Amino acid sequence: MSDVVIRVRGLRKSYADREVVRGIDFEVRAGEILAFLGPNGAGKTTTVEILEGYRTRNGGEVRVLGEDPAGADGHWRGRIGLVLQSCAMPPELTVHELVGLYAGYYPHPRPVGETIDLVGLSDQRDARTSGLSGGQQRRLDVALALIGDPELVFLDEPTTGFDPSARHHAWEVIANLRALGKTIFLTTHYMDEAQALADRVAVIADGRIVAEGTPDTLGGRDHAASDVAFTLPPGHRLGELPAELVARAALRGEVVHLTTGEPARVLHVLTGWALDRGLDLHDLTVGRPTLEDVYLRLTEPPGPSP
Amino acid sequence: MTGPRLLALQMRSDLTRFSRNPQSRYFTLLLPIVFLVIFAAIFKGNTLVNGRAVKLTTFYVPGIMALGIISATYVNLTVSVVARRESGELKRVRGTPLPAGFVIASRAAVGIIVAVVMCAVLMLIGRLAYGVPIPRGSMPGLVLAVVVGAASFCCLGFAISSFITETDAAAPLANLTVLPLYFISGVFIPESQIPRLLHDIANLFPIRHLAQALLISFTTAHGSGIRAGDLLIVAAWGAAGLLIASRTFQWSPRAG
Repeated sequence: MSDVVIRVRGLRKSYADREVVRGIDFEVRAGEILAFLGPNGAGKTTTVEILEGYRTRNGGEVRVLGEDPAGADGHWRGRIGLVLQSCAMPPELTVHELVGLYAGYYPHPRPVGETIDLVGLSDQRDARTSGLSGGQQRRLDVALALIGDPELVFLDEPTTGFDPSARHHAWEVIANLRALGKTIFLTTHYMDEAQALADRVAVIADGRIVAEGTPDTLGGRDHAASDVAFTLPPGHRLGELPAELVARAALRGEVVHLTTGEPARVLHVLTGWALDRGLDLHDLTVGRPTLEDVYLRLTEPPGPSP
Repeated sequence: MTGPRLLALQMRSDLTRFSRNPQSRYFTLLLPIVFLVIFAAIFKGNTLVNGRAVKLTTFYVPGIMALGIISATYVNLTVSVVARRESGELKRVRGTPLPAGFVIASRAAVGIIVAVVMCAVLMLIGRLAYGVPIPRGSMPGLVLAVVVGAASFCCLGFAISSFITETDAAAPLANLTVLPLYFISGVFIPESQIPRLLHDIANLFPIRHLAQALLISFTTAHGSGIRAGDLLIVAAWGAAGLLIASRTFQWSPRAG
């Protein structure tokens, strides 16, 4: 018995004569949160909708919970939960009525009240959905995805448009799902979301998977050169730095970035230079490239060749 | 949950939504009653139906019943199906184990139930306010006409909803297709006053035939009151609508 929940091999999809998914492979294992990242138009939504059974494919093999989503039946649908990219709720029903209705669709639903509590809508239980805020509607959407007690949950940009506190609340809800043992296929535009939640990350660009790994190792992040950054003190120019530093420096706005495999040495030279001049470097930081840096590099459209 | 119970659950929810929706309350439930009261107040006297003099109120009760049936099914159903599709709700429901046929059947059943209730209310108002007798003898024909009409106009609503891509366009377009026909199909104006050409045009469409089938139940003294020819034409339109709907119905939003 394999614990692979989603298996994709050589998946292809074309619209008219344009191929938007060009032969991709990946797997998602039971109990894992996979973040599926990619710019708009990269084939991300198409791939998700093929996995969800909404779209057909032109080639390749897809197995979700052991079945081909293209021919899946009600039994299979009862084992997955969906939060779609945008979905308005029926405005005439209350939270409790709607979750109760969806509970009736599934063979083994979770308790209605408990599920409403899980997404933090206990106080809105008897409110019409039309009166909920955007964040509350999205949480209701998550409740509908969970009510059937699914093994696999698709979350398509679940926190888009949330304010920061609503996002952190949603992250707690998603983390709770992991604790319940659910497998989660998460698509998102937010790198901090992927960093906070995902066990693994796959990046799609121009119809191909360009990188796959844990958030900490994606794109060789763990082996990447360090970045030493600071704001150039007022009245000083980049050229005044020691030649050894200037050689590895890049100026972005007022911030100097030094890329180095020897951060301790570079810091020593830099801080020595600053102390000799009685300067301080108030925002000095040392770090590896962020997930966002790696993502932007991976998904950069190919520029004109030199 | 077993099939019948699941369908009942879905229908209860659809009925609740209908009863709480302002568009349904005012346009579908209230407007036909307002029309009946206004027409009865303005137009007095008699008109000729198949060569016999009939009180105008006896003409307006079945005429406005036809309008009530079409509002409850075709117009209301089109508006709600387009809204649910464009909001993403239909796509979401399609992702649950609920069989697709139940979504369709439930929505159609609610239209038919509302149509039947509307007809009963209009007949009751006709009886109490204007003394229009409830046609007991031809009740089988009347019930058959209401149910065939309601079911057929549900099918036409599903068909046209596939061709409307914007939520805001649903109500105006649905009304645009029926309002002109009400004037020439013997719903608002007795047929004896309709010019020949307009009458011939109306004869091609199902509204006139539904109105005729209802009217005959109120004006025949004998027999079941079944107008098989008219009902077959209405049913044929419904069947064509069902065929188109089954080939064009969409679950995902069309716009954007």
